[in-house]
Amino acid sequence: MTVTRAVPFFDASRIPDDLAPIAVRPSPMLPGDWRSMRPVVARDKCVKCAVCWLYCPVQCIVERAAWFDVNYATCKGCGICAQECPQRAISMVPEGA
Amino acid sequence: MSFQPVKFYQTGTFTVGNRLLPAEERSVQASAKRFNSLNSGHRACQGCGEALGARYAIDAAMEATHGQLICANATGCLEVFSTPYPETSWQVPWIHSLFGNTAAVATGIAAALKVKRLKGADRDVRVVAQGGDGGTTDIGFGCLSGMFERNDDVLYICYDNGGYMNTGIQRSSATPPAARTATTMAVGPEPGNVFGQGKFLPAIAVAHEIPYVATATVADLRDLEGKVRRAMEIRGARYIHILVPCPLGWGTASHETIQIARLAKETGLFPVFEAEHGELTSSLKIRKQVPVEEYLRPQKRYAHLFGKQPKVDVIARLQALADRNIRRYGLLDFDQ
Repeated sequence: MTVTRAVPFFDASRIPDDLAPIAVRPSPMLPGDWRSMRPVVARDKCVKCAVCWLYCPVQCIVERAAWFDVNYATCKGCGICAQECPQRAISMVPEGA
Repeated sequence: MSFQPVKFYQTGTFTVGNRLLPAEERSVQASAKRFNSLNSGHRACQGCGEALGARYAIDAAMEATHGQLICANATGCLEVFSTPYPETSWQVPWIHSLFGNTAAVATGIAAALKVKRLKGADRDVRVVAQGGDGGTTDIGFGCLSGMFERNDDVLYICYDNGGYMNTGIQRSSATPPAARTATTMAVGPEPGNVFGQGKFLPAIAVAHEIPYVATATVADLRDLEGKVRRAMEIRGARYIHILVPCPLGWGTASHETIQIARLAKETGLFPVFEAEHGELTSSLKIRKQVPVEEYLRPQKRYAHLFGKQPKVDVIARLQALADRNIRRYGLLDFDQ
């Protein structure tokens, strides 16, 4: 699995080393890493109504010129977009298949 | 209510496609330049209703106040998943202190801002307090009632998922009757939560006769956005109660979040209404009434009602609750 960062973490090297013991090494795990199903958008069916964009709880929908795409770094694969899409343009595909 | 023609793309959903509407009818969230107050990358579960509701509520408040907003947050799922140390998802000034005192903290911020205004500060900064149903109905209830009674200039938003979902699905006083939680197991002669009144906090807030009380669900997000916008127009204590399904605690599939919220409204178990100064002003009507069974059956917390011997009497009592809500809030009176 490729590790890509959803959000830039703070620069840990700037933390002074004489502090009380605090967490300075955040977990590199991304929200998208625990996903089991992956939404895939059928570009020809998408009418750009933005219902997926509205209902996505994590704002992982990305707007392209002619369709809406998914940012897989933050998508948790909940499937709300596939359920609510009025055009049935989004299908859930098992991860790793 | 103005006539809204049904468009061809509305197949299989009640959602009005936002980008296909004229520009002036679109919501704040439809724009690519939305605030994203609760930014992506947070640690909420799959299909979390609370993450969706919180983003809409705070984004709408940000829009109404032109970004001049401070948030106080109770302990709970929302606080835990959005701010695991040392990260944060919030794009607003945000404070978390304790489980029970969110309303008091927000009151203090509002008082400080009032003094700053009196001393000549030119910015009008507003305050929003938010919490889950545990922090609102159980632990923070005293502070919240005091905030209502003093009529402080704070909008309190409660995200009701019916229990302490973050610590392992324990019962709160907002847990609906007969629901299974970790502390009200489905055993014994009366399985699940006690069949009581439940603490329906919007009705208590209406009894305080504060300027504005509203309920909303995450199924109708335009309605939710409009209610937050209306609340920000008013000065004084305001309260919005948002039903947010919890896939983990309610035992539903993660993709069913929106459907379950929609069913809660369509059955009448969760009335969606607005009240101003103690008077009911409007309620969102039920489009097509459905029996409560359809709402209960997909949820594993009600699985004990649908065993080998379905508990028809308990389902009938839940239906009676829904019917009472429909009568009380006029959810089927289209003439009003």
